[in-house]
Amino acid sequence: MIQEHLDIQLIAIVTAVACALPGVFLVLRRMTLMSDAISHAILPGIVLAFFLTESLSSPLLILAAAGTGVLTVVFVELLQRTKLVKEDAAIGLTFPALFSIGVILISRFAGNVHLDMDAVLLGELAYVPLNRLDIFGYDVGPVSVYVMGTILLLNLTFILLFYKELKLATFDASLAATLGFAPTLIHYGLMTLVSVTTVGAFDAVGSILVVALIAGPPATAYLITNRLSLMLILSAVIGSVNAVAGYWLAYLFDVSIAGAIATMTLLVFGLIFLAVPNRGLIAIARRRARQKWEFAQTMLVIHLFNHEGLPEAEAESEVAHLHEHLRWDPAFAAQVVKYALNNRCVLQEETQLTLTERGRTVAQQALVQ
Amino acid sequence: MENLNILTHLDYTLMIVAIGAALLGAVSGTLGTYAVLRRQSLLGDAISHAALPGIAIAFLLTGSKTPLILVLGAAVAGWLGTLLILSIVKLTRIKYDSALGIILSTFFGFGLVLHTLIQRTGNANQAGLDTFLFGQAATILESDVLTIGILGGIAIVIMLVFWKELKLLVFDEGFAASLGFPVRSLDILLTSLLVIAIVLGLQAVGAVLMSAMLVAPAVAARQWTDKLSVMMLFAAGFGALAGVSGTIISSSASRIPTGPTIVLCATVVVGFSIVLAPNRGLLWNSLRYQRNKRNLQVPTPLTGPQRTLEK
Repeated sequence: MIQEHLDIQLIAIVTAVACALPGVFLVLRRMTLMSDAISHAILPGIVLAFFLTESLSSPLLILAAAGTGVLTVVFVELLQRTKLVKEDAAIGLTFPALFSIGVILISRFAGNVHLDMDAVLLGELAYVPLNRLDIFGYDVGPVSVYVMGTILLLNLTFILLFYKELKLATFDASLAATLGFAPTLIHYGLMTLVSVTTVGAFDAVGSILVVALIAGPPATAYLITNRLSLMLILSAVIGSVNAVAGYWLAYLFDVSIAGAIATMTLLVFGLIFLAVPNRGLIAIARRRARQKWEFAQTMLVIHLFNHEGLPEAEAESEVAHLHEHLRWDPAFAAQVVKYALNNRCVLQEETQLTLTERGRTVAQQALVQ
Repeated sequence: MENLNILTHLDYTLMIVAIGAALLGAVSGTLGTYAVLRRQSLLGDAISHAALPGIAIAFLLTGSKTPLILVLGAAVAGWLGTLLILSIVKLTRIKYDSALGIILSTFFGFGLVLHTLIQRTGNANQAGLDTFLFGQAATILESDVLTIGILGGIAIVIMLVFWKELKLLVFDEGFAASLGFPVRSLDILLTSLLVIAIVLGLQAVGAVLMSAMLVAPAVAARQWTDKLSVMMLFAAGFGALAGVSGTIISSSASRIPTGPTIVLCATVVVGFSIVLAPNRGLLWNSLRYQRNKRNLQVPTPLTGPQRTLEK
């Protein structure tokens, strides 16, 4: 029992990290949906490879999928280059067409063979550990761990080897080209990796949820930082957290593991969305509220400052008359006075307000600005 | 004469499916025109995937599987997804495509969780999920055609009522705002129309292929004209054509699923349009390029003397 739990979580974590790493670059290069397109469009490639090899676990499948993935990217760019179709429309046309070809091929020619559509689209992580690798008669673990692990190493190696090139090509493609870094090669290298990773992840999460693994953790990390190195590490960590938490959620409620991981991805994203210091929703709301009171206070001290020393000062400084002069709701006016009192910008003697030295400074600064 | 025979021997169910598919193709083509023009093609993809939890929740809340209720649930979920996408883009530094990707996949994942919860076996109910993913064009009933016709008709009528405002919104939002039009409300209206088209179209081609039904007819139509009204008519026509031809082709042989065939027909129409359309088409431009090249041949010392000699 414990071994089962460990196995599935291990596969989930390895898959999540393997997807999150290239996902960081996809998110930064605004190519997230290309991964969605690739994950659908490699279906005909897999089907054709299956027809050739008659086997579902042949490495040829991964190669065919990678090839079809790159082909998809090439096709989309060709379409865009005609200038007749915009980027998003090109993607929205290509992958359904390719996917349709795949589905028709399966239905027509592979109907009585086990190439389950749902497995391709949705995956089923629970069954994955059952397929085990035997080396010299020793059971060394699920096949998936080794496949996904290799892919993870591949991605990691690529990113480490070409870190500088990737960084430059992502943030300043023209400079990269000028310096001879061949951003196009980097681009296609990245796309090939994405295709390979997507196929590897089919077993676990299927093609639709791969996008959750590829886009979710990097986007969550992007909320926290915009430093590439930190973003990569955070994405890997967040991806792993989502995987483990998702697994236990699925175990508790007896639901789809991949779906639970995707749900956790959304929840974690939402949490960070709210809570990130400075940029999160909560921080934004608090800042807006504070700005509103500060502005009202500034208006109050300016109002008092303008009438200071003048004959009508007494009338203008009446607390009760503030809502007339400044057109404030009486309740609101009272709260502004309280705020200003707390900040020691005004002093209140019965119904009269007077400016403190600090309040005068605030008013003067505001007027100068 | 043989053609007439085929027409008179049309299978009733085939006719219903063909009409349903044609209607769906026409509606999604028409409303998809706006999506394509506003570069929101992939929003359709996101909405169609995000609709899954809505269907599950609708079933959980009402216990009923009537198409209308499920369609309503799908629409609400699709709408919620759109709102979230727009908030993410507005409030964070995450870009539009990543927001689409996140909502698309995580909503779908949540829908999957709900689905397996309903089944309580940890495995998705094949039939229900298959229908959502791939549509069930081949099993469209007369009642479905009625629903599609009525809802689609209402959407089109609303669109026609607000024709001028929506046209302005799509082509020059800033100008529309400066004229005092309620741009946000119009935006909401347009998105709602898109959501209706999508949840209707889910029945025919399913979530995975839905974006093609929105995008392909409009892209094809774009190649033939620059006028919005003409483009929409073409898009509706192409959509209907794809629906009918897809249905007929898939029924002519066994084990060919209808949804993907419709999508492929639509794609073929796009291919034809891109290549053959006058003015914009690739063939046209290639011929024009050749013609210009010939006409612009400047007489050089090598070609000049020959011509004078001929004279």
